[in-house]
Amino acid sequence: MKDEIIKISLCMVALISVAVLFGVVGYIFLKGIQVISPDFLLKSPNYAALEEGGIFPHIIGSLCLLAVCLLFAVPLGIASGIYLAEYATENIVTKSVRFFVECLAGIPSIVIGLFGLTFLVYHIGFGPSMLSGGLALGFMILPWTVRASEEAIKTVPRSYREASLALGASKWQTIRNVVLKNAYPGIITGILLGAGKAIGEAAVILLTTGGLVTYIPRSLLDDVGALPVYIYMILTVVPASRDVAESYAFGASLVLIMMFLMISVFALLLRNRYVRKRMSGSRG
Amino acid sequence: MEALEHVRGLKFKFRRMELTREKIIEKLLFASALSSILIVFFIIAFTLKESIPALALGRDFFFGMTWRPGHEQFGIFPIVVSTFVVGAGALAIAAAIGIPTAIFLAEFSPHWVRNIIKPCVEMLVGIPSVVLGFFGLMVLVPFIRDSFGGYGECILAGWLILAIMTLPHVISISEDSIRAVPAGYKEASLALGATQLQTVRRVLLPNARSGILASLILGMGNAVGETMAVLMVIGNPNIPWIPSSVLEPVRVLTSTIVLEYSYTVWGSMHQHALFAIGVVLFVIVAILNLVTTVAIKGRFGATSIIKGVIGRG
Repeated sequence: MKDEIIKISLCMVALISVAVLFGVVGYIFLKGIQVISPDFLLKSPNYAALEEGGIFPHIIGSLCLLAVCLLFAVPLGIASGIYLAEYATENIVTKSVRFFVECLAGIPSIVIGLFGLTFLVYHIGFGPSMLSGGLALGFMILPWTVRASEEAIKTVPRSYREASLALGASKWQTIRNVVLKNAYPGIITGILLGAGKAIGEAAVILLTTGGLVTYIPRSLLDDVGALPVYIYMILTVVPASRDVAESYAFGASLVLIMMFLMISVFALLLRNRYVRKRMSGSRG
Repeated sequence: MEALEHVRGLKFKFRRMELTREKIIEKLLFASALSSILIVFFIIAFTLKESIPALALGRDFFFGMTWRPGHEQFGIFPIVVSTFVVGAGALAIAAAIGIPTAIFLAEFSPHWVRNIIKPCVEMLVGIPSVVLGFFGLMVLVPFIRDSFGGYGECILAGWLILAIMTLPHVISISEDSIRAVPAGYKEASLALGATQLQTVRRVLLPNARSGILASLILGMGNAVGETMAVLMVIGNPNIPWIPSSVLEPVRVLTSTIVLEYSYTVWGSMHQHALFAIGVVLFVIVAILNLVTTVAIKGRFGATSIIKGVIGRG
């Protein structure tokens, strides 16, 4: 009898937490879907009369920032991961690399934003721009790409490498044709999860870009607006009627969540397929 | 004979070319790894350097009770206390809801339920925090204002929003670590005549303890370092104070940086103080991460689970 009560209460708590999580997403979906229209998605914003504009430059801006961020963090992260997993011997150098990578993973994003603002925007003089924002985001996800690549490469069985080396392939040929071929789903999953983090990040972009824009950036040094910053700023800075600002923020939130979920679902699907394949591989 | 010599020479040449190529690639990879460290090292060094004048204030900075940049007073004590209050409360709520959910999913739910809920919860790990903050501002703040009075923007709102944010983490890692306990332990307990609940309480939970603990500490680290979600719902009074009730607005470390960076004077003590706040945040989160790593050492698969989750951000 007592057991039953505990079981039922566990079930209730589980229901509550699932309901809360889906309640939040569902609420934003219901509120946001009312605003979304072709005009909302494809027009430039008009900050004097908010209801006449859309959020197009901010959607493109978010994608541009993500592109810069990935262009910086992905090649560097994968190359570092390969070096750590395949070339480096365990010594003080690799240990310090790992230590610093862990450190960077622990830096709260706002600190990276502050660094980006002072160093990239002022010291180097990139100004509030796509380059500053993208690089700062790149710094933020670099540890994830390094670690994801290293972990994925390390899970490739030793025998694969030995077989390739025994056939006369050189070390780099082995890495390129055998190791990376087997490790790439893991690496891509790690990168996608980093990308999901970058696309939803507001604090870093708030400090390193200008915020609200009416145009699409034409060069790396142009100012750029991103969706997360738009949501925050439209509520705090723009002198529009509260109702319109709120409904626009709901619309932008829905678009942002959809972009995030697309990346995240894709990453999880890939990871699950990869895990299953590895498990069946090791059993067979 | 000559032809053979020639072929041998070519082979040798080819082999040498390949060796140089291998060397160049290795050097390039090494250079990438090195620049990764240099970037991290530089970010940390730069932040530290910028914060030294404020950190040098010593007691006045760390234990000073007033933060009034206009009057050259930079005491962060109330802000630090508020940060811990907000983080700890959020964590307590997330634990109270998340751990039972994890137990239910791991042990009592039918397979198909778990197979639907688990991926959905994992999908929500890392949901954009500005969206959660906005939800809090639209739904929780008015709700608190109407039912408990006060401004609505308060510690309680911060707790709830951060709890929602950490919940997917806590559920996902705790469930993984409960399921990572070897099946033999559970079977042995059941074979001795223990009920399913007794097994959960006496065998599974103690063995999964380090993983569950780690999920909570990690959650705390995330909550302390979180900016946007908190910023939008906790009120941020002009002069930070130590709160005496959960319905009071407060200021946390992260929100102070965001609110004040735009009007700092270049090179002023105010700017240094904001960097010093960044350093304090970094140290707090680093300590929490370190504790996590120590807490999970050598437990069943916990290390890899945690690594996976840290990787998930």
